[in-house]
Amino acid sequence: MPVSLTSSKVIFDALKQCDVRLLSALPETWLVHLIRMADEDPEVILIRLAKEEEGVGISAGAHFAGVKSAMLMQNHGFLASINGIVSFAHLYKIPLLMLISYRGSFGERDPWQTQGGNVTEALLRAMAIPYSFLDRIENVERRIRQAQTLAESSLQPVALLLTRDLMWEE
Amino acid sequence: MLRLDCLRAVYSKLENCLVVTIMGATAAELHSLGHRSNFFYLQHAMGLASSTGLGLALSLRDQKIVVFDGDGSLLMNLGSLSTMARYRPGNLVHVVFDNESLLSVGGFPTATSTGTDLEGVARAAGIPTVLTVRTVEDFSTTVRDALDGTQLTTVIAKVEPTGPAGYVIDLSLVENRFQFRRYIQSLKR
Repeated sequence: MPVSLTSSKVIFDALKQCDVRLLSALPETWLVHLIRMADEDPEVILIRLAKEEEGVGISAGAHFAGVKSAMLMQNHGFLASINGIVSFAHLYKIPLLMLISYRGSFGERDPWQTQGGNVTEALLRAMAIPYSFLDRIENVERRIRQAQTLAESSLQPVALLLTRDLMWEE
Repeated sequence: MLRLDCLRAVYSKLENCLVVTIMGATAAELHSLGHRSNFFYLQHAMGLASSTGLGLALSLRDQKIVVFDGDGSLLMNLGSLSTMARYRPGNLVHVVFDNESLLSVGGFPTATSTGTDLEGVARAAGIPTVLTVRTVEDFSTTVRDALDGTQLTTVIAKVEPTGPAGYVIDLSLVENRFQFRRYIQSLKR
């Protein structure tokens, strides 16, 4: 499977350097290594979800407890989380660090991913969620640190879109 | 059985717990008994009270967490039962007030009024201890035992579809949230 192990490791290490100790995740192809790394790391609590919106509540609980968390999901999982983001994270000023695999964008071969790719950024903008891209390995550590910093200072959701250029090797 | 009587019966036991409630009547009734800074009322985001309790329980293993859920909210996020069962934190007690109704939005009947059995759903999802109670006395005993125990427990409490006259409480959502987090931080000192 040509999911980049190298990039996944850099992302995972960057999350740990930000003191992220709880990860919620719903498996998807690009996240396979990240989820395995979280599962194997005794310092990280991995919570495998049935649906991504649960992750909003779980991250809120972790925030109340003083534990830094991040959510790993596909952009369709972001779509499935929107009510939780608006009516919990925005309403109650909860910091969320959302790492979203940006499927359905340039280079996508799976037809079923393409509609979600069309609307991901438009929805992030409509929801006034600050977002940036993880597209080059040299920038990953800094971007994750900056996103985490902004989420904590602004007490709101912040998104990083994981791109094909970073996650897929072929 | 009235939800308010159930809450009153365990109110003293909640003093040392972290409490998360759903919106509407449940939040208003608990608040009416006397607000404490260890109570968090999730006034929207239906379905996520149990997820919030799970996040708290897995982050604070030495702290007892109580979630006061409802049939309408839980039916919106049945997958939460399978996620809770997967990690089954022994410090989490999940109470579901089942009034077979979406009371706070006008009293529309939920699927528990037409045969959906939340006890069966929770048990089949893998929650280790699941109990249904129909009297205040049973409610009090069951919830107190679950809080003293060490196993993830879901309590289905069959209650009347009645609630307070209004649902707005004199506590801003954000104030409640900051107060709740500050209370938890104070436990760590």
